[in-house]
Amino acid sequence: MSLHHYLVLGALLFTIGVFGIFLNRRNVIIILMSIELILLSVNVNFVAFSHYNGDVSGQIFTFFVLAVAAAEAAIGLAILVSFFRNRATIDVEQIDSLKG
Amino acid sequence: MMVADLIFYMFAAVTALAAVGVISSRNQVHSVLFLILTFFSTAALFVLLGAEFLAVLLVMVYMGAVAVLFMFVVMMLDMDVTDVRQQAINHLPMGLAVGLVILVELVVVLSHSHATHTETTAQPVSNTLAIGRALYTQYLYPFELASLILLVALVGAVVLTLRERRSAPKRQDIGQQLARTRAEAVEYVQRQPGEGA
Repeated sequence: MSLHHYLVLGALLFTIGVFGIFLNRRNVIIILMSIELILLSVNVNFVAFSHYNGDVSGQIFTFFVLAVAAAEAAIGLAILVSFFRNRATIDVEQIDSLKG
Repeated sequence: MMVADLIFYMFAAVTALAAVGVISSRNQVHSVLFLILTFFSTAALFVLLGAEFLAVLLVMVYMGAVAVLFMFVVMMLDMDVTDVRQQAINHLPMGLAVGLVILVELVVVLSHSHATHTETTAQPVSNTLAIGRALYTQYLYPFELASLILLVALVGAVVLTLRERRSAPKRQDIGQQLARTRAEAVEYVQRQPGEGA
């Protein structure tokens, strides 16, 4: 089992995550899950490099990525809940109050 | 073919297929369940790579906390997904184009890299011990920072979702309770016998 196998798997996961963002443009929950997939692909790459280089730092960084991803999911879902209470929708294309 | 290869291909296939299931599932609950499957098979791959601590962390944090959080929100927000599917068809060509470009780029980069890493599986200490040693010495300040980020996320999530209700039922107000004095709370009434209250 070589490093390339894991990198290809990470690339696949990353692509699926990006594709998911484009495919489900109107559903914020699926977009958040796609972001989780992208972060997971990064984690796979980190752990694979950490293993094949014999350096534990990659796993430490994965630890931080996990912490930030958990915080991001919690905040994102909280924003989603409070937005749904005010507007009764989570359609991305209707989240345009700031006219950005 | 070695057994480890077989296990890798099996879990890698499950990971990729479950990831596809996450983004293509009609039912959002199914999406969350596919996400859990993705994390679980990735945790198995981590075990294969000798990162047991991270594998357990992935199972506990993601499948135990984040996926349950997603599940709560999916069940809490009742939304119609019928016209969402119709809209998704319109974004399909753009998404396919971007996805293909990214995949081709990544594969090209990977196939032209001559990274010849020697596999160093023999760790002198256990994985958890190695991570602990690095985390609490070299990476102590980033570790503290991560805990701060989690604290901010905790407070932020509570502040964002807490709402004051106008017609709320009566609640315990501890400050008000503690501020009461004996003089305003208790009244001593002297009654004569046979007079009544």
